[in-house]
Amino acid sequence: MVEHRPLRDLVAYVVLALGIVIFAFPVYVAFIASTYDAATVVSGNLPLTPGHNLLQNYYRAVFVGGSRFMNQPVGVLLANSFVTAIGIAVGKIFISILSAFAIVYFRFPFRKTAFWIIFITLMLPVEVRIYPTYKIVADLRLLDTYAGLILPLIASATGTLLFRQFFMTVPDELLEASRIDGAGPLRFFWDTLLPLSMTTVAALFVIQFIYGWNQYLWPLLITTKDSMQTIVIGIKKMLSTTDELAEWQLAMATAVLAMLPPVAVVVFMQRLFVKGLVETEK
Amino acid sequence: MEKSVVFKGKLLPYLLLAPQLAITLIFFYWPASQAIRQSFLQEDAFGLNSEFVGLENYQALFAQPEYYTAIGTTVVFSSLVTVLSLGVALLFATQADKNLKGGAVYKTLMVWPYAVAPAVAGVLWFFIFHPTLGTLARPLRVMGVDWNPMLNGTHAMILVVMAAVWKQVAYNFLFFLAGLQAIPKSVIEAGAIDGAGPLRRFWTIIFPLLSPTTFFLLVVNIVYVFFETFGIIDAVTSGGPAGSTTTMVYKVFADGRLGGDLGGSAAQSVVLMVIVIALTAIQFRYVERKVQY
Repeated sequence: MVEHRPLRDLVAYVVLALGIVIFAFPVYVAFIASTYDAATVVSGNLPLTPGHNLLQNYYRAVFVGGSRFMNQPVGVLLANSFVTAIGIAVGKIFISILSAFAIVYFRFPFRKTAFWIIFITLMLPVEVRIYPTYKIVADLRLLDTYAGLILPLIASATGTLLFRQFFMTVPDELLEASRIDGAGPLRFFWDTLLPLSMTTVAALFVIQFIYGWNQYLWPLLITTKDSMQTIVIGIKKMLSTTDELAEWQLAMATAVLAMLPPVAVVVFMQRLFVKGLVETEK
Repeated sequence: MEKSVVFKGKLLPYLLLAPQLAITLIFFYWPASQAIRQSFLQEDAFGLNSEFVGLENYQALFAQPEYYTAIGTTVVFSSLVTVLSLGVALLFATQADKNLKGGAVYKTLMVWPYAVAPAVAGVLWFFIFHPTLGTLARPLRVMGVDWNPMLNGTHAMILVVMAAVWKQVAYNFLFFLAGLQAIPKSVIEAGAIDGAGPLRRFWTIIFPLLSPTTFFLLVVNIVYVFFETFGIIDAVTSGGPAGSTTTMVYKVFADGRLGGDLGGSAAQSVVLMVIVIALTAIQFRYVERKVQY
């Protein structure tokens, strides 16, 4: 610190505290709304302290699924979100660690071509090719399936670039040593490279889990059955009716449930999260 | 950068690459090429036949006043979100950089909104600013503002901007804080010895040294606003009222699905592809993050 002025520190505390309160406010209001009965929420006079319907609302949302417009309990949607998010994270790690291994540790014809084929996918998010992708998934009869939810979203280069970058920092001596020990490429990968990569794998998992969990447009398009929908889609479905009929207290309980897993991941695995975020952007 | 020691293997590297290449070809290259092809075709009303129409879809697109409105909306929306989220994040990051007690806790409390899905963020903001139910709509009424984002296009825009900024500040904050912490303290001390006060030091030393971070974030934020805010817009306004929050990406979706105009939608996709490729190219050209191959 160049100069230490108590006043400046005070300003910093105040600014940060204000920011934190403003950031938390929408979530706090949603939580409050999820603890009241429908009449209180619709009245427009929502108190700022929790009410008594917390357990009732969450129970109804998770196990019964109250809304006429979303006839599945949120428990089912939560399960779908977990399968999709974990599927995307694991799938992406699996295909990208293998391809990065091939690109870094082998010399073969068309190696650079393969790299560029993968690299270019960085440039086009799924949103700009949404209908043709939909058509392919429909032709492959993957609508309303987990594979349809997962596969198109793992076609991207971020993981491959991340692993490639990490493999380049692994000392060559390790490879020479395992060769002297008579290990082939797969043995080297499994016994040496994979254990060394675990932090990178975990960081990528955290980022991809959040990415997968929060998907919206893609699941909205390819799921037609309520039983295959993810929780993020479910909230919107609950509210797509006239305001008088929407059951806001259930929708807000669902919103809180939809936020919990990814926010928990960020809060409890913050180091991995930051590492993944910074490195996937390189 | 290349490895000097490698394995020999004829078939194995191809097998290792196969899963990713297969998925990339099926779910990326094929659809992307179909989008380009479709943009030169016109389908009949039943989607049974399509004929090659050259640039007609593009001509029709650029003759549509709504398309220019969508471009204008996109420009307004992305500039507001980018400037506000970068500005707010920089303010918080400079405060958090002051060696305060409990710095890690602040960081956690600032960063978590990143994890909230855009659509959920939209629903949260929609709820607190809902014209009849919203906790914050009532004070606005009392102050004499006839607040109604469901009827007033400007109000709708303000609402989606707030939700989008709320979500993006966390990301920018992390990168700004890392950028600030990477600035050597000696440079700032030298400025202080020369008699520069905190504000002067910020504008003449810290801000210029942060410019690579700022530029990088600028590009990332524009891409974020273009694509990831889709969920916010769909959840809060569905592009309305009267198209006042229909961005270019939202229009691709709305025209293709609700309007059924696949050729026009594909032409819009191609225009977006060109914009994203240009942005990415700028990013690689000016932010020295070149991939060595």
